[in-house]
Amino acid sequence: MRKASFLDRILLFAMVLVASSQVVIGLDKFRNMVVFYFTISFGVLIIAGLLLLLFGYEILQNSLVVVIAALIPLSLSLGLVLTCYPKAHMPYLLFSIAGLFAITITRFSSPKTISTITLAVVHGIAGITIFIFPILLYARGKANPSLLFISLGAFLIGIGGFLLTLIQTGKPLLPEKTVFKILPWILLTMTVAFSIGLRAIP
Amino acid sequence: MRLNRNLSEILKERIKFYWQLIKALQTGLLLLTGITGFITSRCPVMSAGIFLGLIGSLFLSISGSTVLNMIIDRDIDTRMGRTANRPIPSGQISAKEALILGSILSIAGVSWAFVLSSIFGLFVSAGLFFDVVIYSLWLKRRTPWSIVWGGIAGAMPIMAGRALGLGRVDLVGILLGLSILLWIPTHTLTFSMKYYEDYARAGIPTFPSAYGFKKTRLVIAISSIGAAIAVGIGITALGLSWGYLRLLGVLSVGLLGLVIISIFYPSERVNLGLFKYASLFMLSSMLILISGVLL
Repeated sequence: MRKASFLDRILLFAMVLVASSQVVIGLDKFRNMVVFYFTISFGVLIIAGLLLLLFGYEILQNSLVVVIAALIPLSLSLGLVLTCYPKAHMPYLLFSIAGLFAITITRFSSPKTISTITLAVVHGIAGITIFIFPILLYARGKANPSLLFISLGAFLIGIGGFLLTLIQTGKPLLPEKTVFKILPWILLTMTVAFSIGLRAIP
Repeated sequence: MRLNRNLSEILKERIKFYWQLIKALQTGLLLLTGITGFITSRCPVMSAGIFLGLIGSLFLSISGSTVLNMIIDRDIDTRMGRTANRPIPSGQISAKEALILGSILSIAGVSWAFVLSSIFGLFVSAGLFFDVVIYSLWLKRRTPWSIVWGGIAGAMPIMAGRALGLGRVDLVGILLGLSILLWIPTHTLTFSMKYYEDYARAGIPTFPSAYGFKKTRLVIAISSIGAAIAVGIGITALGLSWGYLRLLGVLSVGLLGLVIISIFYPSERVNLGLFKYASLFMLSSMLILISGVLL
């Protein structure tokens, strides 16, 4: 597995800083439950960045890391749903809990194919939610264009997750080396995009 | 011309060895805690002279005590693979030269501290006394509990900085000191597990050798939680915004997660990761406190 280069480390550190500043100054305008959800998503990004800096990319092979990483799209989408479409919050919360539970169970006790499919389905739904919501709100004239940065972030996290999943299934779309070379760029750009997008929510 | 070059090479070499003797990273982290303590006091009489004095006196006294510890521990260092190449055990610097350097640094640091303020001077000299006399000279070879005194010594810079700003000791200062005191076991115990055989060879009693790895990991867990709680209460007492507390919460969850993993899935790698994360946690906590007060 490719070792994290100096540039990778700088990018990951920058991602940690951006996510940290979002946790410190970017969430106070939201209501408590939304702050809780967004703190989880940016918090996991911070911890993931620090763990990648300390342990390198090998940590991504750890099953526990895969489960915890699922919290990023799930909690971010939960925050968005609660902010933009509160009526759907409860069913979506139930889906998120069930999804996380399913990822955890299949990750530790099912064949690789089932665990990968479960992960892809839960990640996929959460990712589409993050991608679609800002576009819908913008199309209805209820949000300014900066909100679309959240969709960009969702697109990027989708690409990152997809490439990593294909490596895990043994059918990589891009060489492993290339994926890990672009991963820190994806993570940083995605975090910046989410931060800009969240600022657009009134 | 040639004489000048030789002289500059010798000087460069000396500085390189002296830099190793003062353990620049550790000294830097402790210095940062002192600066944090001072900044959190929101000192109304802030001047470049006082700030420079704070940095200068703390740097000199912390470096001085580190050099004196190196002299006291030189026989231990010789027996440990990790430390055998340090300047004194490897013979690059004589114990006498190190003693002169350590004494000059310590005396200069403590004197400067007393010139700034008597209460600041008291804390700085207490730190030096606890570190060199109580921890290194008296207890390190006798009991694994010596780390408590090492921890108290480590807590002195942050309390000194805050006392310099306030002119007195207050509860927040004690809390911040407590956070360092509780963080130090996470730092030193993970280290003593990693170099278990080294310490055993040198005959130094450590927690893992006295109580086993399992209990040591439990102590690390408890002290980590305690350190996070102490910083958290400190942030709240200082009236910093919720955002800083949230960030500290996130970092604490990371620390706690690693501690739990190290208890249930112990490995050399997790242990080293925890050691590094604990240092990063304390560094981040100090930066959170500084940013929270200044921004």
